[in-house]
Amino acid sequence: MSITLSEKDNGYMEGFSRFEKTAPGSNLGWLKSIRKHAITKFSELGFPTPRDEDWRFTNVAPIARSSFHIPLNGIGQVSAADLTPFQFEGQQICELVFINGHYSAELSTHCTLPEGVIVLNLAEAINSQEDILKENLAKYADFENEAFTALNTAFMEDGGFIYIPKGTVVEEPIHLLYISTAGDKPSITNPRNLIIVEDNCEANIIEQYVSLDENIYLSNVVTEMVVGENSSVGHYLIELESKKAFNISTLRVQQARSSNMRSYSVLLGGSLVRNNIHPVLAGEGCNSLINGLYMSTHRQHMDNYMKIEHVSPHCDSRQLYNGVLDGRSRGVFHGRIIVHEGAQKTDAKQTNRNLLLSDYAQVDTKPQLEIYADDVKCTHGATIGQIDENALFYLRSRGISKEASRDIILNAFTNETLESMTVDSVKKYCTNLVADWFRQREQTLKS
Amino acid sequence: MLEIKNLHVSVEDQEILKGLNLTVNAGEVHSIMGPNGSGKSTLALVLAGRESYKVTKGEIIFEGKDLLELSPEDRAREGIFLAFQYPVEIPGVANTYLLREALNSIRKYRGEEPLKHVEFGRLAKEKMKVMGISDNLLKRAVNEGFSGGEKKRNEIFQMQILQPKLAIMDETDSGLDIDALKIVANGVNALRSPERAFIVITHYQRILDYIVPDFVHVLVDGKIVKSGGKELALELEDKGYGWLEEEKIAANN
Repeated sequence: MSITLSEKDNGYMEGFSRFEKTAPGSNLGWLKSIRKHAITKFSELGFPTPRDEDWRFTNVAPIARSSFHIPLNGIGQVSAADLTPFQFEGQQICELVFINGHYSAELSTHCTLPEGVIVLNLAEAINSQEDILKENLAKYADFENEAFTALNTAFMEDGGFIYIPKGTVVEEPIHLLYISTAGDKPSITNPRNLIIVEDNCEANIIEQYVSLDENIYLSNVVTEMVVGENSSVGHYLIELESKKAFNISTLRVQQARSSNMRSYSVLLGGSLVRNNIHPVLAGEGCNSLINGLYMSTHRQHMDNYMKIEHVSPHCDSRQLYNGVLDGRSRGVFHGRIIVHEGAQKTDAKQTNRNLLLSDYAQVDTKPQLEIYADDVKCTHGATIGQIDENALFYLRSRGISKEASRDIILNAFTNETLESMTVDSVKKYCTNLVADWFRQREQTLKS
Repeated sequence: MLEIKNLHVSVEDQEILKGLNLTVNAGEVHSIMGPNGSGKSTLALVLAGRESYKVTKGEIIFEGKDLLELSPEDRAREGIFLAFQYPVEIPGVANTYLLREALNSIRKYRGEEPLKHVEFGRLAKEKMKVMGISDNLLKRAVNEGFSGGEKKRNEIFQMQILQPKLAIMDETDSGLDIDALKIVANGVNALRSPERAFIVITHYQRILDYIVPDFVHVLVDGKIVKSGGKELALELEDKGYGWLEEEKIAANN
């Protein structure tokens, strides 16, 4: 019997009491109490509404109104060939595949990893890696105050678990591929990823959310990533959900001294998307690069919520988010930078640029700086506009066709956020996704 | 090469050019001078094909073709080049990329093979030397963060690569110090040939010491009110534009 969750008739609590009995690790007291605590918090908080300042521009009523079932699994409906469009060419890759939130061993690709590195699915790690989990799981993502994080924490059952021990360079990118084959009833998955990178390491992790059909479902994702001292980690989020899907995703990063974190988000799919990026620069001398590209059309809604917390001195953060909005779509960029007391010599920069391709597309951009230290440099800038006619004319006056000039300008705009990606195969993949998006737009315009 | 007859141009319903006539033959250098707001830049942009400038009357014939029928890109491919008064910054597009794209689309239009990377590199190197353009400037995004002088030099550098038949320079000299002005003038003079013509639009006589014109025209209130040889520029330098404006008013009354 599958479990159904809805706001009606106390459905989330009811569903939880059935879920927790059979969930992975239901025998572990510490995990049980985290889940219980989380569901209590969730029922206290309820789904956010536009009255909450953090959700001013995004109404999740369509999610709150829905009734979702938790899919048992969809394994068997998906073949290896279904995965190829979502794989990165020309590079050895380590890939965990999840179908409707459940790990599929057959579809996953295991590679030879350096000694001590662990790449597992969470349901399995709950059994074999209890110590690491107990120390880290749900320690960073704020389920006390964030409703969707609380919901995920209460219902987490599977996801990616990555552990990289001290002084290890992992050459192969690690890909967590989430595939939805939702079926005709709306469903919910709560992917939970835990990434622990110890000191002096290097690694790249890609999370990708895709769909094989056009059904309604909610991917409610939480990723906790701990970056040890002097380590350098790249995190990529590629969101290609179905046109009717909801995707709420939270990346919570904890950075130790002199660590370096690069986060890239590429949002293209979904009907209602919320991308929360929340790094805490906890040690001295950290670097965070937070880039994103959101491209929306029709009635898509894409909300990027940044919360960059500077806790220690001498840390730099750089945010660059570019949006391309077409149709009647709506984009949001809400960029918070919090400089805590004592985080002197913070250097934080935030840029959000938006290109509107239609008269009906809309974007809200909101910088929010909260500074409690006195020797800091924080800058922010936002632009909203159409394609620069002066630039277009300049290129044409040099002999380049109107169409090619337009493409050059658009590609330059989207590339700005992607060009610093260090994993070439992923960069190429993302560049192709962007090109496809433009090609589809051209075709729609022609027909 | 170029024949402009009774050209009337409006921008946002305001008439800027009010019956301009000009004939430019191959091998000639024409200078157009005039006070602010007389329509100098409008003429330059209309020749390059800026769509917001509406031609309400008159015609422009370039090499036997009706120029007004051509798109901006086709004008460039036919051999027209405008060195902008305010070159546009295009973030994310490398200078060298723009140039190669431009050169190859012009070559394609003429039925020539695209230039290979190596050949293009060789050509660029040669022209960079003439214009004092650094490797760094070539790799950077088009005009982004360039100094005023760098932007102007970059325009002439593009002109050198694209080798137009008719080069129009819109106040390329404005804001340049004397050293930069000499580099720009050298770049232009290196291109002078019996097959090529230039229209040098300027506010000041100074550049004409270095790029010596065959004809000087004075544009006042949308019309050419006086034409002459290079000595006219000196006269203007001496007396300003006031006397010509007065003459025009007197003529109109």
